[in-house]
Amino acid sequence: MDFTFSRRTGVLLIIWIVFSVLPCCNGEVPSKPTSGVTIVPPIKPDNGPQAYPDAEKANLPVFTMDYPRIQIPFEVTLWVLLASFAKIGFHVYHKITVWVPESCLLISIGLIVGAIMHSVNEEPPAVLTSNVFFLYMLPPIVLDSGYFMPTRPFFENIGTVLWFAVVGTLWNSIGIGMSLFAICQIEAFGVQDINLQENLLFASIISAVDPVAVLNVFEDVSVNEQLYIVVFGECLFNDAVTVVLYNMFNFVAEMPVVEPVDVFLGVARFFVVGLGGMGFGILFGFVAAFTTRFTSKVREIEPLFIFMYSYLAYLVAELFAISSIMAIVTCALTMKYYVEENVSQRSCTTIRHVVKMLGSISETLIFFFLGVVTITTEHEWNWGYILFTLLFAFVWRGLGVLVLTQIINPFRTIPFNLKDQFGLAYGGLRGAISFALAFTLPDNIGRRQLFITATIAIILFTVFLQGISIRPLIELINVRRTNRNLDTINAEIHCRLMEHTIAGIEDLCGQWSHFYWKDKFMKFNNRILRRILIRDSRAESSIVALYKKLELQNAMEILDTVSGDISAAPSIVSLYEEKKNAGKPKKMFLAADLRNMHDILSKNMYKIRQRTVAFTGKHALPNDTQTKEILIRRHASIRRSLRPGSFQTTKVPKSHKYFSLPAGQSLDSKFPPGRQSFTGDQETMSEVAYPTRRSRFSQPTRSSSRAMMPLRRLDTLKEASSIDILDEIKDDGAKVGRSVPRTNSSSSDSRLPARRHFHSSSDNDNGSSDNFRNVHHEAEGEEQPPSPPPPAWAVEPRDNTVRNPLLRRPQWNPKKM
Amino acid sequence: MGSRASTLLREEEIEEIKKETGFSHSQITRLYSRFTSLDKGENGTLSREDFQRIPELAINPLGDRIINAFFPEGEDQVNFRGFMRTLAHFRPIEDNEKNKNSSASEPLNSRTNKLLFAFRLYDLDRDDKISRDELLQVLRMMVGVNISDEQLGSIADRTIQEADTNGDNSISFNEFIKVPPVDGEQDY
Repeated sequence: MDFTFSRRTGVLLIIWIVFSVLPCCNGEVPSKPTSGVTIVPPIKPDNGPQAYPDAEKANLPVFTMDYPRIQIPFEVTLWVLLASFAKIGFHVYHKITVWVPESCLLISIGLIVGAIMHSVNEEPPAVLTSNVFFLYMLPPIVLDSGYFMPTRPFFENIGTVLWFAVVGTLWNSIGIGMSLFAICQIEAFGVQDINLQENLLFASIISAVDPVAVLNVFEDVSVNEQLYIVVFGECLFNDAVTVVLYNMFNFVAEMPVVEPVDVFLGVARFFVVGLGGMGFGILFGFVAAFTTRFTSKVREIEPLFIFMYSYLAYLVAELFAISSIMAIVTCALTMKYYVEENVSQRSCTTIRHVVKMLGSISETLIFFFLGVVTITTEHEWNWGYILFTLLFAFVWRGLGVLVLTQIINPFRTIPFNLKDQFGLAYGGLRGAISFALAFTLPDNIGRRQLFITATIAIILFTVFLQGISIRPLIELINVRRTNRNLDTINAEIHCRLMEHTIAGIEDLCGQWSHFYWKDKFMKFNNRILRRILIRDSRAESSIVALYKKLELQNAMEILDTVSGDISAAPSIVSLYEEKKNAGKPKKMFLAADLRNMHDILSKNMYKIRQRTVAFTGKHALPNDTQTKEILIRRHASIRRSLRPGSFQTTKVPKSHKYFSLPAGQSLDSKFPPGRQSFTGDQETMSEVAYPTRRSRFSQPTRSSSRAMMPLRRLDTLKEASSIDILDEIKDDGAKVGRSVPRTNSSSSDSRLPARRHFHSSSDNDNGSSDNFRNVHHEAEGEEQPPSPPPPAWAVEPRDNTVRNPLLRRPQWNPKKM
Repeated sequence: MGSRASTLLREEEIEEIKKETGFSHSQITRLYSRFTSLDKGENGTLSREDFQRIPELAINPLGDRIINAFFPEGEDQVNFRGFMRTLAHFRPIEDNEKNKNSSASEPLNSRTNKLLFAFRLYDLDRDDKISRDELLQVLRMMVGVNISDEQLGSIADRTIQEADTNGDNSISFNEFIKVPPVDGEQDY
């Protein structure tokens, strides 16, 4: 199946190539403007029935073709499709994508197509001009990077990022430029006519590390988060430096003499460019956030605002020749936080998907064109110059990283070790930006072709060689480092436990540095910015944001249906059975079993949290299945534990302590009341019924309050007979079908109805479903007041049952979700 | 730095905490500011909700247990001293431990105490034994949904088998200690 599919794809590819090449041919052949009949050039295969060959008869043409009219959009579409087919094709052979980064593959395909076109003596479609690249192809990629940038690690590392971006790029440019100039003096290479300014100009082009290429490569290598952020940030921000340097050297290359005031102006210009870019970005970000505050009636076009504003930021920055990449990145960063609160869930999803899609397409196209243009431009090759360029680029980057990390390491909370530095240095790939910049070199530079050739050579070298080899190298280094003794299953489990614990404690402690500023900013944010920019600006907890972000409301709804519960039933029973059999003679485990176990564990144990949900691949939307599983499981266990016998109670003050309000205060004091999730609820509910958002967070608080009463006994498991368990579950099944009118149970104030709020903001049906569930819980509770706490998982001291229904320990739920 | 009049951290307190836990002055003040920012109720203590509000803990598989570790038995509020005491377990072991000489008891972040902390994550009922059931619970928390109960059960069996030396089908703390050292200890 696989093989046939790939063959089909291959054939499809070839057909598409042919089809796309030929329309380009058509572009070259001047087509005679006719009204009805178009002359078809001889090379093209049959595109359809031919028009009437003889034009003498003035009959009504039944069938006409007018190619030039649609030519450009048609060609563009075909190219995009071709590139996308290539992408599909790669993933057919999964092994390829593991070892060869996608950028390499795309460039290769581009090379092939370029070769075909060259052999047919065609030019690449006129669409690939520098303008098109900078105005149409680059913005989506940068928007993609900026939108999915993990903000917290980014801001934690902002110092390092800026340091590498600015100083690193400067170091590289000047270093490479100088060395190349030195090389130029050697007569043997025959490039003496390149003066210093031109060398520096060239150096500034090729020293810019390219985000497109780097991230493409890094995604597979699973570098650690710090490294990823620093390289990522460096790529994005060294644009500012590159732009300045490029313009400066460009300007200077035409001038006979360089004066000190020019250098000073250069520095000033750098600040204008960098800060101006950020300023524009922030401005447009805020305007976009503000706009989305009012879009509740026009949900369908909400995503449009995001794109238009970011693009506008980019264009305006280009207008003033300041760093447009920084503008669009800061716009996306600023905008994202507020917009994702204002827009509907669906718009949020749409925005993410479209951003990813556009970014992906642009990137594909860029690499593709890189390949094509490589073949079809004129080259001027000079062995010495080009080889030395490669050498110097590599050497200077390595040196730069070494020196810079030495200087910045003392200021970092997590210093870079040698392995990180290697990753940083080796991961400095050049890509399409250098390429486009090279094309925009003015013509008065004598050796323009040489520069273009050299740039392409560097790009190909870094992308191919470094891109392909970085993965084995990193793995090699990694392997040498961890020589953990994993002989025993014990060790594996305990290690993972400790790692999770440490990660948890780290998260608990929050950031170490910058915390003061973050705190200040958050206060400012909450007090002023949120009021202005967000429609419902209640103080929202990060838990709510997390749930919303993970789009968990829908999942929770699904979970709360009957089937979710019953399917869990067998596990309880099986667990109990196993417990009964504990007295069996010990099993002997074969070596194969052990290997199996190791395998299972390593594949299935949850990985240590990555602080950023978005820190995964570049081409995929962030993968949060692990997170969702964990959260859903907690929700499930919380639900289950609340079910039997829980609602007796009422030490109101005590239970209120588990809300986020001090007891006795009304909601209004801390949180302005918002929409409630059910209409028509009265005071009792309102007292404890929080608006949807917040209650979503109070849901976990329930769990926590319940959670940790110390277990007195674990032997409730033994007490409960399996029959009881099954009965309970059967009861569940029976009751769920009941529809109960909404009531304001007075016990609701002790019972935390917050779970109800766990559903999305759609009101009525949720309200009723919640409500009936609660009532059914209540009913069940009344039926079995003396029943033991739910066995097997909610182990809890008996005396606390009555005191506080919340004090259930729901989480250690060994059964499947 | 969260200066609420009633809960301002006084110098004497800082000194005491320093002696007890071994954190440095700046570390203590930083952690204090974190404490106060978590303390939404502004009453000088943290409850479980305050911990739950940290999203990263919510998505940590062992989040609830970690939170539990902060609360001593029977209580559901923890003040700053208790907070620091628990966190002290994770302070990296330095070579020049000053309190090696002074205190007779082990410093809070000794290896044994760290292992005790981990042990308590498993051992919910504080009976100083990790039973198969407790182990299963933790395993289930750490593992995805694709593993069947039987597989998990056999993994748990194997774990107990490897570690259990006295044949009571559960892991005691002494047996737990003998597991090969974990990397993560020194990391913080």
